[in-house]
Amino acid sequence: MVAEILIPVAIVGGLGLFFGLSLSYASKKFEVKVDEKVNLVREALPGANCAACGQIGCDAFAEAVVAGKVPVTGCTVGGTAVAKKIADILGVDMDNAAEDRIARVMCGGTCETTKDKYEYKGIMDCDAAAALYGGPSACLYKCVGMGTCERACPFNAIVVENGLARIVQSKCTGCGICVKACPKKIIELVPKHTHHTVVCSSLDKGNVVRQICTVGCIGCTRCVKACPVGAISMNGSLARIDAKKCTNCGECAKVCPSNTIKCF
Amino acid sequence: MREILIIIVSAILVENFVLIKFLGICPFLGVSKNMSSALGMSAAVVFVMAIASGATWLVNEYLLVRYELEYLQTITFILVIAALVQFVEIVLKKTLPALYKSLGIYLPLITTNCAVLGVSLLNIERDYNFVQSVVYGIGAGLGFTVALLLFSGVREKLEMCDIPKSLRGLPITLIAAALVSLAFFGFKGLFS
Repeated sequence: MVAEILIPVAIVGGLGLFFGLSLSYASKKFEVKVDEKVNLVREALPGANCAACGQIGCDAFAEAVVAGKVPVTGCTVGGTAVAKKIADILGVDMDNAAEDRIARVMCGGTCETTKDKYEYKGIMDCDAAAALYGGPSACLYKCVGMGTCERACPFNAIVVENGLARIVQSKCTGCGICVKACPKKIIELVPKHTHHTVVCSSLDKGNVVRQICTVGCIGCTRCVKACPVGAISMNGSLARIDAKKCTNCGECAKVCPSNTIKCF
Repeated sequence: MREILIIIVSAILVENFVLIKFLGICPFLGVSKNMSSALGMSAAVVFVMAIASGATWLVNEYLLVRYELEYLQTITFILVIAALVQFVEIVLKKTLPALYKSLGIYLPLITTNCAVLGVSLLNIERDYNFVQSVVYGIGAGLGFTVALLLFSGVREKLEMCDIPKSLRGLPITLIAAALVSLAFFGFKGLFS
């Protein structure tokens, strides 16, 4: 009776002990020297594994940064805070990194504001639609609105409503994946503190824009004249606000006739 | 020789581990998003299943049967498989770092996968000898590979389809998996 209990306990226990010992021996014998800094850097990272830095994941980024293959500021999601931590761990100076940025869709056109040139029936993918004569919209620079950026965002920060992609500013980490995903290249990374943006990317002439879209920039240059610090310049017939000079006073938004300048 | 061939073919087609026996569904659904990770995962599974079948058969024959402790099969096999996979991972990391990079990350995933335990227990149930057990382990792993590769192809195609909002993601994946499984049921009776 006692033997019946003791023998199986001895066998299973013995097996466990044998495996435990062999594993600890093996882990010592086959140890791969991992630089301690890699673990420290890894812990400092946000850990989202979004691959925005260009590496496979946070582990790979930690290894690359310690090896010196990527700059300390490589993690766009972590921003300056993480870059500073990494610089401290590695004992290097952090060169003046760009300040934290956030993504914005430079288009305000929805199904209601902008006309279509044809009815699209096909794969609901912006790349696919844009390949067909520049997309179903009459404006070649309009957001295609089929959600390629929404699916690409690893932080679920993009919502497509009414044929227009909208970035939820509170969730966006500025990783830049949507910028690469957009086939029209109308998503831009802007410094976090900028509130006023010309929400249009159309390089068409003003009269053309007026015919096809009610909220497009028509190049009237009223905003350029209204800006007290001269932060707005014209790129052809498209106004652009220089984030470095902008003081967020809002004068431009007041004078814009087509409500193209929005405050985020 | 003929017997070995029958074991392999039936493990892959007639009694596919994932699609007919419904074992190992977790990594099947988890890693089948694209072909490259599917390939890495399947290679790791074949590897683990082959070694695990052999090791558990040996432990069973020379420890459990000898002392009439067959009731300890489940717990002992789990112990053996877990330790074995850990050992393989440690050795692999040191000796073949390139291989470790491609399939090493999947090894912890399959440690307590029910498919691996399933192979071990089925070997005992069917009274296979050592060679047959290892062959069955390899065959089961190959069956998993076939299922996983097929399904990752299906899933890649599904990405481009216009699926109703309520079915997107897991629901349509499960439905697709069920249909593939249904297709494999057609192989039943191949060897009767």
